[in-house]
Amino acid sequence: MTILLSVHDLRAYYGQVQALHGLSFDLNEGSMTTLLGANGAGKTTTLRAICNMVRSTGAIQFEGKPLNGKSTENIVRLGIAHVPQGRGTFTTLTVEENLQLGAISRKDIKAISSDIERMYAHFPVLKQRHTQQAGTLSGGEQQMLAVARALMLRPRLMLLDEPSFGLAPLVVRDLFNILGKINREDKVSILVVEQNAQLALEIADKAYVIETGRIVMSGNATEIANDESVRKSYLGY
Amino acid sequence: MSTIQETAAEAHPANIDVPSKKNMGLGRTASWAMLIILALLPLFVRNFVIFQMTMLLIYAIAVLALNILTGGSGQFSLGQSAFYAIGAYTAAILIEHGNVNYVLTLPAAGIVCFAVGFLFGFPALRLSGIYLALATFALAVAIPQLLKLGVIEHWTGGVQGLVVTKPDAPFGLPISQDMWLYYFTLVVSLAIYIASVNLLRSRSGRAMMAIRDNEIAASAMGVDLSIYKTLAFGVSAGITGVAGALGAIAVQFVAPDSYTIQLAIALFLGMVVGGVGWLPGSLAGAAFIVFVPNIAEGISKGLSGAFFGVLLFVVIYLVPHGARQGAIYAETLFNKLKRS
Amino acid sequence: MELLVNQVLAGIATGAIYACMALAIVMIFQAIDHLNFAQGEMAMFSTFMAWQLMEWGVPYWWAFLLTLVISFAGGVIIERLLFKPLAKAPILTNVAGFIALFAIINSVAGLIWDFTIKQFPTPFGSSPFLGSQLISTHQAGMIGVTLALLIALFLFFRFTRIGLAMRAAAAMPESARLVGINTGWMVALGWGMASAIGAIAGILIAPVVFLEPNMMGGVLIYGFAAAVLGGLTSPLGAVLGGFLVGVFENLVGTYIPGVGNELKLPIALALIVTVLVVKPTGLMGHTVVKRV
Repeated sequence: MTILLSVHDLRAYYGQVQALHGLSFDLNEGSMTTLLGANGAGKTTTLRAICNMVRSTGAIQFEGKPLNGKSTENIVRLGIAHVPQGRGTFTTLTVEENLQLGAISRKDIKAISSDIERMYAHFPVLKQRHTQQAGTLSGGEQQMLAVARALMLRPRLMLLDEPSFGLAPLVVRDLFNILGKINREDKVSILVVEQNAQLALEIADKAYVIETGRIVMSGNATEIANDESVRKSYLGY
Repeated sequence: MSTIQETAAEAHPANIDVPSKKNMGLGRTASWAMLIILALLPLFVRNFVIFQMTMLLIYAIAVLALNILTGGSGQFSLGQSAFYAIGAYTAAILIEHGNVNYVLTLPAAGIVCFAVGFLFGFPALRLSGIYLALATFALAVAIPQLLKLGVIEHWTGGVQGLVVTKPDAPFGLPISQDMWLYYFTLVVSLAIYIASVNLLRSRSGRAMMAIRDNEIAASAMGVDLSIYKTLAFGVSAGITGVAGALGAIAVQFVAPDSYTIQLAIALFLGMVVGGVGWLPGSLAGAAFIVFVPNIAEGISKGLSGAFFGVLLFVVIYLVPHGARQGAIYAETLFNKLKRS
Repeated sequence: MELLVNQVLAGIATGAIYACMALAIVMIFQAIDHLNFAQGEMAMFSTFMAWQLMEWGVPYWWAFLLTLVISFAGGVIIERLLFKPLAKAPILTNVAGFIALFAIINSVAGLIWDFTIKQFPTPFGSSPFLGSQLISTHQAGMIGVTLALLIALFLFFRFTRIGLAMRAAAAMPESARLVGINTGWMVALGWGMASAIGAIAGILIAPVVFLEPNMMGGVLIYGFAAAVLGGLTSPLGAVLGGFLVGVFENLVGTYIPGVGNELKLPIALALIVTVLVVKPTGLMGHTVVKRV
């Protein structure tokens, strides 16, 4: 099992406030990992620290290469796609333009249009709306668009921040099925931050639980899902 | 131009280490120290320097007014020179044509300008950011031309303007006119400063700052946007008008071309250099606009504009958040020294 | 009636100046989401450079091309050197930076080339256009070049990858970084392009208003007004705005009694502001939906 992403002693700061207190974890290639925890625990901060969107110290390595000191855009170009909280959709641009932007850093221009067609196959509703302004799409559709946009990068690692936020349960189930498919078939490793722990634990193989900036629990997703004390203390159900 | 506050979605608290804008005042010791310096300085310098210091205080008042408008309620104005001019002319006309005592011209100018600002505030409600800047800019450009209009020349003195008699110290006090005027201005500035700090701490002030930080949320919480925004405009204009009146008395002269867009830009720069929304910074900002152009001209007459620009760049690189940032550095340094 | 038509046509002709300037302004707005008050001065400086090249014997079109390249590079350099350090500073501080740049450029231009008025040649000649007394061939040329620029910009933003990247970077910089766009260089590129367009505007305007360091003052204001009127997000709006402002200015001067040159500006601005009060995002701008 090769290690895709290794995070060691990650500390992150918002101004003078320290949000992460020495996080360490590894992601294996091909895995689907979920980061769980209550509001304000530091889950989003972790994702942002990986992409250097927040001031942090510690060693992060992706495919053996250190990410320290690299700008966000250069980290992304290494093959890490990040779907942020709120999706980060380019609301004033069309659906198709959003997809094109996902691939904007790629040099293999000829392959891009066929990739767009593949996205439309994964997500037919996007094809229907491909000339519409992205801001007019529903929440669920925008989430699909955000995932599709991330996939256009042909990433090896995809970071998702609360993809279920604000979506109806059926839509979320759909989305998570697609994520599972992407993980297995396209061999994209996924790290998903979720507040909806139950759902996340169903699709993930590994899980970490964060509380106030520290990892308090880690292990196999099914084990954690079955451990009632863990669920009650950290995951609220 | 996007609105003045950093949009919540894009700003990251990680980058800016400046305390929240709630702290609009100055520490106790610093305030008293400043006051003592300002009170005693004229006793040690020539009349001309006293005059410069009077102008310093006057511009500080005008910058403070802009600070209330922009730093307080988040509305952008490039038109303060208009209100300054109206205040100046009100005072001049009352003194020269109406034989009114100069002291009374201050509240008169304040009230007139408050009314004008308040009225201007209404159409301005529909505008924000760059659009409001343009509208206020139009006002600033229009005023000097309107002051030259033939129809009111009898009152305004047309292009030449009016000469204003300088008042003597009252009760036959043995001090020069300049020194009397300085202390008079000092008292007025102090009163305005204290009133402004209190205004911003009051409920109205908090309402205004809520509007500045997030208009939509403020209105959702029941803050009446129209009243507070126009009020902010009115108060800001009124205070600027008082500054204008004092200016007219100090300079002894009003003329249309003294109140061009250059003045509005200077006041804006004064606000930025002092620190937007930090009232004590108005003094630092005023010092910048009064003294730095002279320094620039001293370095090179032909390139005075260029050196002014360079000095401005130096200031904004060192303290992008204005004098307030400088004061915070000083304070942290002072605290470090105290501990060691 | 004939007077009205004539004045409208004449307004459109002078409006070409404002349209061109407005395009440069919208260009920079597309790139950095705010306005650069020093843009007029940069355009003026570029025009002086072109003039200097021609004084040294360089033929018109070579001088034109060289000036464009130098202006583009200049814009990029100014942004990277002077404004990149201010990227995290508040907007108002950046505005102070623009004002500082304005002062520097104006002063330096005055020192190098002094304030006497100079003639600037036009490649279009100044004979009456198609026999009309109202529009000269130069003005027709201005309108033509402005329209060509507009089309080029439209094609650039709509159909090129880098145009798309620039639009994305200006609209949502953080999301743009998350797709791998180097937003810093997009801003620099925007400055370069705006500088080049400004140079074109200056070179077209100089034959009409004559070349001197303060030539762009009024033009810049009208250009801003035009850009704002058109809705800052729309290059087409900017051009339309420019023509409209030219017409406004002319009609105000003709029909409102007692209005000399000095009052034309504030009245024209007042009219524009009135339009904005009615339609706050300008004629062709779109309302931005803000989520709290």
